[in-house]
Amino acid sequence: MAVIELRDVAYSYGGGELFSGLSLSLAPGSFHFLTGPSGAGKTTLLKLCYGDLVPTSGEVAFWGEATTGMARDALALNRRRIGVVHQDCQFLDHLPLAENVALPLTVAGRHHEAAAYLPDLLGWVGLTRHAERRPPELSGGERQRAALARAVIMSPEVIIADEPTGNIDWEMSQRLLSLLVELNRMGKAVLIATHDLNLIRAAKAQVSVRTLRLKDRQLIAAGADL
Amino acid sequence: MSALRMALSLLAGDVQADRSVPPTGFTARLTLFTATAMALLAVFALALSLAAGRLATRWSDELSQSATLRISAPAEQMDAQVAAALELLRTTPGVASARALDSEEEQALLTPWFGPELPLDALAIPRLIEVVEEGRGFDATGLRARLQAEVPGAVLDDHTRWRAPLVAAAGRLRGMGALALLLIGAATATMITLAAHSALSANAQVIRVLRLVGARDAYIARAFVRRFTLRALAGAGLGTVLGGLLVALLPGGGDDSGSVLTGIRFAGAQWLWLLTIPPLAAVVAFGATRLAARRMLERQS
Repeated sequence: MAVIELRDVAYSYGGGELFSGLSLSLAPGSFHFLTGPSGAGKTTLLKLCYGDLVPTSGEVAFWGEATTGMARDALALNRRRIGVVHQDCQFLDHLPLAENVALPLTVAGRHHEAAAYLPDLLGWVGLTRHAERRPPELSGGERQRAALARAVIMSPEVIIADEPTGNIDWEMSQRLLSLLVELNRMGKAVLIATHDLNLIRAAKAQVSVRTLRLKDRQLIAAGADL
Repeated sequence: MSALRMALSLLAGDVQADRSVPPTGFTARLTLFTATAMALLAVFALALSLAAGRLATRWSDELSQSATLRISAPAEQMDAQVAAALELLRTTPGVASARALDSEEEQALLTPWFGPELPLDALAIPRLIEVVEEGRGFDATGLRARLQAEVPGAVLDDHTRWRAPLVAAAGRLRGMGALALLLIGAATATMITLAAHSALSANAQVIRVLRLVGARDAYIARAFVRRFTLRALAGAGLGTVLGGLLVALLPGGGDDSGSVLTGIRFAGAQWLWLLTIPPLAAVVAFGATRLAARRMLERQS
């Protein structure tokens, strides 16, 4: 059973149709890259994948269950199984970084587990000494790394990342990729939207990757050169 | 049941959930001020309502248990008519006692109107007999008929025409107090709903982030509901204390036989009513914020 499935999905925005007849199935343990020109709808497609947007037509299913008519509580529970790294790294600016990273555990009523995960996680993304700083005090790259830490703290079954290496250097992007590959080897499905072809090539060297390209309102398999 | 569960978890509290929502100065001050002002008004309305109820009961009880017989007769027949009236009253069922007021008592009654120098002996003042009833009282119609036959100069006043409008007025005053309390509750709910809406709108981004990391509506709502409920409780507590102090300091507060104005106060165990105001304000805030949060979260989903 696919962890996330888009069936014949269309999405209109501001009177125009962004894409239509789009289908996608993320199997457990799969690794997908999503590429395409700016404005093609990559972020929108990802938002449909984690239930932040509702398709104009077609259907989105989480673990085989259609989200159409799904109760908001059920949707919230499904979101806990999906780790998301947003392009704009949304945080609660009044809370310190450590509490932001632990937020998924907190809202799930598992805040007591944070102490067990936080030190290693912050250490891995190189933010240990920033644990008590507020998000507005961090650089773009630091925020991106914090977003990644927050996305994986619940050990989700799917990781969805929107341009996760957009604001970080090559070394950090390789560390980030290593984590995602490691999570994928643990059986997590990974979907990354990116323009970074080097990242895709580096991933292909380590795991079996499928690259999709969103262009002209259609989702197609990218060429072998990727 | 879900409301009860939420109320219990609200009392238990969740520090982490509370911290999820940033403090909002304006709505905090608005809620606190509204709850304080409304509790203060509620204390006054409650005092007025209870005083009106107390007076209505007193007037009703006191006047309904007594009557006055006024005897107008030539001076030489006065004593005989008074004696005849007292004898008639003694044998009337429902009359506990009857007593003719002496000249000093009549003088005391007339002093407020004519001054202490009034020469009662020189005036043809009617004699008054105070009648105290027992049980369900006497048959006024039957008594009047007997008086007409045996004591032609006697006029029976059973206070009905005084008592009825006074009791009705006191009852209306009590009703107005209750209506004022209802309006205060409604106004509190409206103000807190507006403040909650404002807080929820101002925190749309916070709500969005919480949702994206898997927060349920109940979790998000709880942070707001708990905050507003506790603010309303604190504000109402402050308003109740202030209101109680002001009522206690009202002039004439110790005059038990006073009028409506001097009777606006709490007597004995009635002070305990004040303890209900803060929790009721908290319940109103809880309901109003919860409803507002549900609607807003539904709209934002």
